[in-house]
Amino acid sequence: MSQQNGSRSTEGARVELQELVRVFGRTRALDGFSLDVEPGELVALLGPSGCGKTTALRALAGFEPVDSGRVLVDGTDVVRVSPQDRDMGMVFQSYSLFPNMSAVTNVAFGLRMRGVRAGARRAKAHEILELVGLEEHGEKYPHQLSGGQQQRVALARAIAIEPRVLLLDEPLSALDAKVRTGLRDQIRQLQQRLAITTVFVTHDQEEALSMADRVCVMRDGRGQQTATPAELYSRPTSAFVAHFVGVSSRVPATRDNGTVVLWGRGVPVRNPELTSREIDAVLRPEDVTISADGTGSGAVVHKSFLGATTRVTVLVEGVEVRVDVRSDQASDLSHGDRVAISVVARDVLISPRGEEDVLEDV
Amino acid sequence: MVALSPAVTGAPAPRRRRVRVWRGFVLGVAGAYFLIPLYAGLRFSFQDDAGHWSFYAVAAIPSQVGFSGAFFLSIKLALTTLALTLVLMVPTTIYIHLHLPRLRRMLEFVTVLPIVIPPIVLILGVLRAAPLWLKASPYLLSLMYVILSMPFVYRSLDAGISAIDLRTLVEASRSLGASGPQTLWRVILPNLRAGILSASVLTLALVLGEFTMASLDLWTTLPVWIYQFQQTDGHIATAVSMLSLIGTWLLITVMVSLDRSESRRSRRKAEVA
Amino acid sequence: MAIPGAARRTLRWRGLRRVTAVAPFIVYAFLGLGIPILAVVDYAFRNPQGHLTLANVSTVTHGTYLLGFENSILLAAITSVVPGLLGLSLAYAIATSRSPFLRRLIATASGVLANFGGINLTFMFIATLGSTGILTSWLSVVHLNPWNLGFNLYSFYGVAFVYLYFQVPLMVLVITPALGALRPSWREAAANLGATSWRYWRYVGLPVLFPSVLGGMLLLFGSAFAAYATAQTLTAGTVTLAPIQIGNLLTGNAISGQENIGYAIGFGMFVVLAVTMILYGLIQRRASKWLR
Repeated sequence: MSQQNGSRSTEGARVELQELVRVFGRTRALDGFSLDVEPGELVALLGPSGCGKTTALRALAGFEPVDSGRVLVDGTDVVRVSPQDRDMGMVFQSYSLFPNMSAVTNVAFGLRMRGVRAGARRAKAHEILELVGLEEHGEKYPHQLSGGQQQRVALARAIAIEPRVLLLDEPLSALDAKVRTGLRDQIRQLQQRLAITTVFVTHDQEEALSMADRVCVMRDGRGQQTATPAELYSRPTSAFVAHFVGVSSRVPATRDNGTVVLWGRGVPVRNPELTSREIDAVLRPEDVTISADGTGSGAVVHKSFLGATTRVTVLVEGVEVRVDVRSDQASDLSHGDRVAISVVARDVLISPRGEEDVLEDV
Repeated sequence: MVALSPAVTGAPAPRRRRVRVWRGFVLGVAGAYFLIPLYAGLRFSFQDDAGHWSFYAVAAIPSQVGFSGAFFLSIKLALTTLALTLVLMVPTTIYIHLHLPRLRRMLEFVTVLPIVIPPIVLILGVLRAAPLWLKASPYLLSLMYVILSMPFVYRSLDAGISAIDLRTLVEASRSLGASGPQTLWRVILPNLRAGILSASVLTLALVLGEFTMASLDLWTTLPVWIYQFQQTDGHIATAVSMLSLIGTWLLITVMVSLDRSESRRSRRKAEVA
Repeated sequence: MAIPGAARRTLRWRGLRRVTAVAPFIVYAFLGLGIPILAVVDYAFRNPQGHLTLANVSTVTHGTYLLGFENSILLAAITSVVPGLLGLSLAYAIATSRSPFLRRLIATASGVLANFGGINLTFMFIATLGSTGILTSWLSVVHLNPWNLGFNLYSFYGVAFVYLYFQVPLMVLVITPALGALRPSWREAAANLGATSWRYWRYVGLPVLFPSVLGGMLLLFGSAFAAYATAQTLTAGTVTLAPIQIGNLLTGNAISGQENIGYAIGFGMFVVLAVTMILYGLIQRRASKWLR
């Protein structure tokens, strides 16, 4: 159950996934996926359905065998260790509380499996329930608790065993929006306070960006980019990441003697190593600016009010470009107005033309 | 993600192998227990004393004393029971679902009683309580078979109704100008087809195999005839019994495949749309 | 605003329509279920001359009739617990298999076999395990002829063995939905918290299933307790079971003038079933505390 006794540090464990491969029939759910997680760090695995993020988490927990690759926890390979001996606390998407046990018995279950005496484990379970703010509900059965409460009990149950790694599999996706934001903050605070190394799977970019120390964007069983939320947003390394995290527009660009030309003007490029002839520029709404100009090349086709800014969709040379404009300026623009458009970004991400990056659920 | 998380957990290999061995053992024993008697029954019916396959027993069936009478009595009872059951249960179930949801528990309770009350005790009471003219008629059995079939019929109908949003369908139909009977005929019944079909098949199977009530009411239905005839010729009696089984199964298979082709057709339609 | 009088009239009209819509069913159920039940209870307490008496009830609680009840209860108990457990294993083996074909096959087959019984079943088993049945002859080859080893198809245990044929599929039908409600994530959560497979079943799987298993077994108990056709056709009425005794009394295989004894046995069967239901209710209340 705990061959790692004594090696457990208060800092949390270091987790390394190395070149994981998992094949289901014809799909490669994991296709050489690697990830390092520092002790005490919270890393989010973000990606569309079928990108392999859940498979990666389940491989880490031991529920999914891997065809090749290594899973290292504090330097020890645990691929051959069965789930019940891995000492990882997991919170599942569907509240997986045992329906025949009260909240406190659920939380104490892992301690019971570790041979902790009844009195001690009850005391500990109550303590943890208090930590998640449910001390009043200890004797209730799962079906008497709301979804958010159930998920907090599930969280308490996972941390009660003082796991080396905490795994969260879309823990908030079954909850409604308000409960979700509250619980998001609570999980983050608890994780930082206990300094547990945590891996978190989600398809919700807002959730990933607001909670994680680092985010790993996955696609087709591989990591596309692993970076801090700020870096991921401002400096995506591929069109896929740009498209999946935040909003972006794709605009055809041309090459002219080594410079990339967009809307008749040369622009600095972030990834000059890309040598494809046919290229698109990938632009964030704030990378572009517009001004009313009766002879401009663009025409306003749509406006949507976001608060301080308004997102204006402009049709330029047959391509739609989304631009964020301060709302007071945007109020002067109306449908069909001609505008002049220019790039204001420090540098621009380019991508091979026609690369498939349009996702159904984005 | 759904496709990527199979039901069986990815435990280490030895446990999986153990599970597979255990499952093979359970399925093997069950298969032997359920298939050997079937095989034995078929062999006994379709082999002559020398052990050669032959249909002499089957060919001899129609000419046996009393067979055709018993056969047609069973068919008549089955059809009258079916008609009575549908006329009684379909409108009642639909009406209660639509207008009197509070009576659903009552309906559930009443329709479960025939499972709880032994048929032999029920027929005891019927034979004492029924008026003489009714006792003289074989259709008393039909009346009782309606009661015996209630649990299956109600469940099938209930499942069918729960699968569709009956209330919304009715409201949509009424708001488009259909009258009550039109709604019933053109909207509700077509949507309940599968439920009504399975209720019908279960009812027919029940009536064709019922022995307890028929034998105590002293009517020679097919199962009673088979029982009596085994003293005369065991091979022929067994052959009739096996054929009635095969007939019932064919009926069920036809129903299941009808139902499936129907749902496939509607799925195709949905894809086109 | 509707005119009150008209509104009241509409309401009354609607109420009337509701009553007439469900009346046929209620009347039918009363005539077909209520009256016969009342008749059984009534005649159980009358002598052939129609006077009230306790003699019938006293007769059926002694001697051979008491034995009939004891055997029936024992038979029902055996053929609810054993097929209950077998059906549970079979349903679990199917539920964890990944072959949708196998699942559909077993679901359909269970539906057919659960309603099986009577003469067809009897013939099949005579052809299988009768003194010249094929399984008997196969086993004789390896010197394991069951009849020489004390087995008798036409006895109490023979009947119990044949009952498995419809009891196991009945259990499979009843328990499969409950197995479907066992979430794979519970198993994973248990493993994740350090529970072995055995401990998962001990603390989670079986407690969660228990109410459904118990309910299924109750159904099996009722089904076996009531069964007449199979036992009658298999043993020609020679095995001492309560339903068989009713049949014998009614078809004149016994001294005449004792018909009312049959009604008393019927009444006794009601009592046994009622007691079983009460016991079931008590256990269920304890076992499903977490459901309320």
